[in-house]
Amino acid sequence: MTVRIQAEDFDAGVEITSLRAGNPRVGAVATFIGTVRDLSDAAQVSTLTLEHYPGMTEKALEAVAAEARSRFDIIDVLVIHRIGTLAPADQIVLVVVTSAHRGDAFDACRFVMDYLKTRAPFWKKETTPQGTRWVDARASDEEAAARWQDPPAPAR
Amino acid sequence: MSHAAVAATGSHPMPDSRATSATMTVHLVFLARLREAFGSTGELLSVPGDVSSVADITATLRERGGAFAAELAPGRAVRVAVNHAMVAADAPVRDGDEVALFPPVTGG
Repeated sequence: MTVRIQAEDFDAGVEITSLRAGNPRVGAVATFIGTVRDLSDAAQVSTLTLEHYPGMTEKALEAVAAEARSRFDIIDVLVIHRIGTLAPADQIVLVVVTSAHRGDAFDACRFVMDYLKTRAPFWKKETTPQGTRWVDARASDEEAAARWQDPPAPAR
Repeated sequence: MSHAAVAATGSHPMPDSRATSATMTVHLVFLARLREAFGSTGELLSVPGDVSSVADITATLRERGGAFAAELAPGRAVRVAVNHAMVAADAPVRDGDEVALFPPVTGG
């Protein structure tokens, strides 16, 4: 289980290869990559700056990854989240889950993103030609995370 | 612990220097929109008592008026972490705790 917070870009291929290297028990790898959209509420985004809470961010991501391991039959989890200033089409976040079978890999990957969206202390600030503004949280993100709480754990 | 108390401008009396056990000091951290609105990354805050709550801390700050009253007004979405764990408003806060206030998160 690995979490990284970094300004630098990541290479998903390299990370996937590394996460499953030398483990013949891995039969499925699910990956999610979040990228910067150039349209947000119709305003043109010139850049996106990601702020976080050093000290808490690592713990929050590790807690989400640990929760995924307790809920799903998975082998390993990697989460990389970028900080700093990003441009449209840049990669923001990477989640890679390895498992014996695809069901747990898919579910755990989605779970990690849904929980990360509401529990990891990151904030996005958009800079557009009209100025800067903090991105508002979406109610749909809370709803996506809440879906995993009722029932408490999906039947396996 | 060595610290400089930052008293709220509200109605709390200054702590009695002879009764140090009657006050506690927390490390406040302000993030994202709240950091900009308050014009501060954080501060040390002394409040009466041995144990407080998240709600007590935000109420003390709200008494200052201005941006504190506006951003921490009832109904505003503010999240709180005590010692790096997100908590509810009734969570206890103790001397030396790090209490972070921030808007709902928007990562990913």
